[in-house]
Amino acid sequence: MSLLQVNRLNKSYAPDKRVLHEVSFAIEPGECVGLVGESGCGKSTLARCLLRMESTDSGSIILDGQSIEQMNDRQLYPHRKKIQIVFQNPSAALNPKLRIRDSLLDPYRQYRKELSLQHFQPSSEQHLTRQLLEAVELTDTLADRYPHELSGGQRQRVTIARAISIEPQLVVLDEPTASLDVISQGAVLQLLTRLRTELNLSYLFISHDLAAVHQMSQRIMVMKDGQLVDQFPQAALFAEERHAYTRELISIF
Amino acid sequence: MRELSTPAIPKRSKHSWQGIIAFLFVLITVMASIYAFGWLKYDPNTTDLGDRLQEISMLHPLGTDHLGRDVLTRLLLGGQQTLGYSLLALGAALLIGIPFGLISGYSRGWIDRIFMRIADGFLSFPDTIVAIVLSGLLGAGIGNLVLAIVIVKWVNYARLVRSTVLSEAQKDYVQIARTNGLSPARIMRRHLLPHVIGHVLVLASLDLGKIILLISAFSYIGLGAQPPTPEWGAMLNDSRPYFQSRPELMIYPGLAIVSVVLLANMLGDYLRDRFDVKREVQS
Repeated sequence: MSLLQVNRLNKSYAPDKRVLHEVSFAIEPGECVGLVGESGCGKSTLARCLLRMESTDSGSIILDGQSIEQMNDRQLYPHRKKIQIVFQNPSAALNPKLRIRDSLLDPYRQYRKELSLQHFQPSSEQHLTRQLLEAVELTDTLADRYPHELSGGQRQRVTIARAISIEPQLVVLDEPTASLDVISQGAVLQLLTRLRTELNLSYLFISHDLAAVHQMSQRIMVMKDGQLVDQFPQAALFAEERHAYTRELISIF
Repeated sequence: MRELSTPAIPKRSKHSWQGIIAFLFVLITVMASIYAFGWLKYDPNTTDLGDRLQEISMLHPLGTDHLGRDVLTRLLLGGQQTLGYSLLALGAALLIGIPFGLISGYSRGWIDRIFMRIADGFLSFPDTIVAIVLSGLLGAGIGNLVLAIVIVKWVNYARLVRSTVLSEAQKDYVQIARTNGLSPARIMRRHLLPHVIGHVLVLASLDLGKIILLISAFSYIGLGAQPPTPEWGAMLNDSRPYFQSRPELMIYPGLAIVSVVLLANMLGDYLRDRFDVKREVQS
């Protein structure tokens, strides 16, 4: 059974402003699926719909066997911990008035009672903070700092640590390296790959960087104007039968 | 970044010096008013016509007023009244305004529209008019004056908090908190309140001076503290007929009002620099 199954998802902001059109795809447990497309094609909207940060017009989102697209907040609550998101801009994703420790433990404190962690076995919050920061290759001296005292790469590592802190099944990575310099980009991609195998995570890796998607993903989906125009295994990226738009993207890189 | 912050250092130390002075004076004023509780040599309200309008002496460090009451005692107890009721009015305004603004800004939609139309309604009354109307309806008294101030002032805090929350609630960290199942109450308390508190503190300390002036002014014209309760504004009015012969009777409470308002404003300026500017530069 797929971890996430999306069937014919539609979304529009106004009658003539269609953002997602008949989007269907699946993500298997432990798989990394890449989603490429130019800016404004609906990639981030899709991510926000999957996390139910936005409503959808029609279609279904089945997460771990449960259809979540119509659930209210109360029904959704137990499913929220299965899916986490990492945004493009780590500065906006961390509350500037909270210490790193408090931002990091926010999801854990919320779900502490119903969680049974496999990988992290914290004896205390202090211990979990150290484990999480070590998992993303940061020292735990950062825990008592504020976000503005960290570099962009460090901040993004913190948001990744927060996303994996409750050991979700699926992490939606919405352009996680777009605001980082080239060296940090490579390091963060490596870190994400390692974490996926260690924690047996699934990724939906959204990016406009075809090279990064090719490096990270087992399967690649191409989006144009709110439609998935092409889906194929990673190895088939340069195959002859690719959609014209995919070939256009390849030629740019 | 370095070059930017270097010339700011002398400025900052000046501000912290100003802040320390302001804090000390406010502390002294508050402590003096509290101390007056345990140091009552004279009843502030018992009149002694044989002792009226005494000069400065060992017995009466600041002399006596037209009814023979010790001026120092009344000045200290007047501080209790003026500052105490000002802080009470301010605290009540904060207590109503902050939750109103948080809920309104976070919920948006129809709750926000209703809340803000109510706020606009309150905002259309000038504070003096509300105070006068309330005194007319409920009778003159310090309680009604405080009520009038709260009715007018809470709106400013609600609007300030709302505008901050409106912009913050759209940021990714609040969205993430929401997808992590945090309840709205918890998001407001944990994530939004810390953003709001600095701005609120600045506005509150700047408002404190205005409220002190308002309470004194209304007591002066007889709509605030009622005789024989000592209050700085009321003391000014009591001493008015003796301005020619004993001007110091008006100077003491006048000076007290001026210095406390000045210090409250200095404190506000200091807090504004501290909370607003520094944060912006750092982030």
